[in-house]
Amino acid sequence: MSGLDNIPIQVEPAPALARDFGNALPILGEIRHAVARLRHDGEPSCIDLGAMPFGPGDEARLMTLLGRGEVSATVTALGPTHVWETGYPGVWVVEYQNTEAQRVGLQIEIDEVPKILRTQPADLDDTLAALEARLREAAGRHPDGASDSQ
Amino acid sequence: MMSSMDFLLFTKGPLFQVAIAIFVLGILIRLVEIFALGRSRNFAEPRGGQVIPGLKTVYKRFNPDPGTFRRAPFDVVVGTVWHIGFIVALLLFIPHVEVIKATVGLAWPGLPNPVVDAVTAITLLGLIAALIHRLTHPVKRFLSTPEDYVIWAVTFLPVLTGYIAYHRLVNPYPLALGVHILTAEIFLIVLPFTKLTHIFTAVVARWFNGANFGRKGVQS
Amino acid sequence: MAVPIRPQPRTLGDSLRQNGVSRRGFLKFCAATASMMALPPSMAPAIAAALEQARRPSVIWLSFQECTGCTESLTRSFSPTVENLILDIISLDYHHTLQAAAGDAAEHAREQAMHENAGNYLVVVDGSLPGPGSNPGFSTIAGVSNLQMLQETVAGAAAVVAVGTCAAFGGLPKAAPNPSGAVAVSDIIKDKPVINVSGCPPVPMVITGVLAQYLTFGTLPELDAYNRPMAFFGQSIHDRCYRRPFYDKGLFAETFDDEGARKGWCLYRLGCKGPMTYNACATMKWNGGTSWPVESGHPCLGCSEPDFWDAGGFYNAMSVPVGDSGNVLLAAGAGGLALGVGASLLGRHKRAAAKAGHETVTADELEQKL
Repeated sequence: MSGLDNIPIQVEPAPALARDFGNALPILGEIRHAVARLRHDGEPSCIDLGAMPFGPGDEARLMTLLGRGEVSATVTALGPTHVWETGYPGVWVVEYQNTEAQRVGLQIEIDEVPKILRTQPADLDDTLAALEARLREAAGRHPDGASDSQ
Repeated sequence: MMSSMDFLLFTKGPLFQVAIAIFVLGILIRLVEIFALGRSRNFAEPRGGQVIPGLKTVYKRFNPDPGTFRRAPFDVVVGTVWHIGFIVALLLFIPHVEVIKATVGLAWPGLPNPVVDAVTAITLLGLIAALIHRLTHPVKRFLSTPEDYVIWAVTFLPVLTGYIAYHRLVNPYPLALGVHILTAEIFLIVLPFTKLTHIFTAVVARWFNGANFGRKGVQS
Repeated sequence: MAVPIRPQPRTLGDSLRQNGVSRRGFLKFCAATASMMALPPSMAPAIAAALEQARRPSVIWLSFQECTGCTESLTRSFSPTVENLILDIISLDYHHTLQAAAGDAAEHAREQAMHENAGNYLVVVDGSLPGPGSNPGFSTIAGVSNLQMLQETVAGAAAVVAVGTCAAFGGLPKAAPNPSGAVAVSDIIKDKPVINVSGCPPVPMVITGVLAQYLTFGTLPELDAYNRPMAFFGQSIHDRCYRRPFYDKGLFAETFDDEGARKGWCLYRLGCKGPMTYNACATMKWNGGTSWPVESGHPCLGCSEPDFWDAGGFYNAMSVPVGDSGNVLLAAGAGGLALGVGASLLGRHKRAAAKAGHETVTADELEQKL
């Protein structure tokens, strides 16, 4: 017999539940304080989960604790950004991914609407300019609307 | 300039070798000299064995006799507490067990860190109380020699620096750990040449007392 | 040198717009950059404002006594959007492993970059170099010794970034007995700021994070005692380790396949150097946040600290002394025994002499003497 057969091999079944290293609950506490700040002072917060010393399973446990809410959205800019409201309204998860769908950031935002979903004022300016240009262009093709009817 | 890592590697490396060499050399010279000197022959007929009574006395002297306790309860209680605390922290803290395993090859189970931490805190308080008592008690103060204060410091510092290093109260950590190792090395170097030899000789002296009792047929 | 086809954008804002990046994209980029620079997410707007105005710095990358692992780490980084943008934005004018040019053309590119950006360019160094007292022929590029090339290149630089433990502290080439007389960059460069980004290799996000900091704010980051950026090296692996609760409870793995190892307990007894190692692995992790050594069940080697090669066995607990304690003990024990026997013989001799010299004295004799 080969010597290899003498080496006992123990097959471990995969753990049924994500192991809890106890790092999820403190984040929940931090979120609670952030929600209180938003409600009483109107100050939004953002928690960078990339800076948390999570063990395997900690993130899954936190996400299970938070659950999924009514809203989810995807922003397509420099790769997809997935945004969803958790089971606690006002607590959002924002997952930034690159063009190859690899995660570049994971944040929890405590706000009425996450920043990345809001339209920025500079974009509104661009929209105004673009719409006006579009209308001018349309008006150029039909120089005078009134002359059409006459 | 020596960085904190250089310092740690120096205390963990060459200085540790020097310290254990001096410690082993010193303590063996003292003990072998005591044993090899021998005792003059006793021609009286023994009235009983020596080994069992000797061991009995080694154990029994851990209990203070009621008279001593009544006269100096502070010394008995505080002294016992910090001695036990020191031994527990020294021998049952996992990183210390690893040092002993790597140095002499013997290992035993350790205690959870929070337990050792609490014991260390009590030991520190005990040592501070002992010093204050020594300084304020007129008789003790009169009897104390400079060596007593040196020994107190040499014993206190490893416990204090260990506590600081464990709680990471000083940064960077290699410096904190290096200072702890250095104070432990000073303890080892000083031990064979001061009253600290009682760590070894106390047991020897007790056994000899008990053995003498046994030989004379006196209850030990 | 190729003539640029279109004019080079002056600022990062221009560069991004030229690349068709939207404002949401830019916001995302800033959020990821804040995360990368280990700044709080609330800093993203400040980063956005600063980046709009950021200049495109020229970077000269010098590789000396190294294994190219640091470059591998950087180019294998798993978040191409952010890090490639950073790398696109900097002008990597010389990197003899990555650039297409070779030989004289490569060296010419370095000289040109130095000349055109005098006083403003960044020098990134990976690898240690043979020191002034050593044979300069041990490591040369294009016939120029490392020492000479470093001094020449750094003369007109704004700052130097020493990437990897070799450049930062000497690393493997400096390990005892240091045959090439290797020294760290900071041993040579005294008149310019040197930022050490240690690690073997460093976390890729830390390399780009430091470049991003310089690019964003035009300043050098806050540094620790070893000139490492506090943002990444401010806390020990131990303090940020998810297995720390097991250390605090006193639950340790004692072998690599025992119950403790399977349950993910603390690796201190298996040689983890986490308590004395300062790095960002525990939070930034490796391979795009997949895992890091301790998470994969292996103790931290302490690769971002000076002299980690000579700091004792990788699998010895951190408290274990370095060196051959067993033999020292045996020698000291033998010496102690011999000297102890000698001392007791001396004592016995004294006692015997005293006995032999003993004279009986009568009371009368004593009285006569008195």
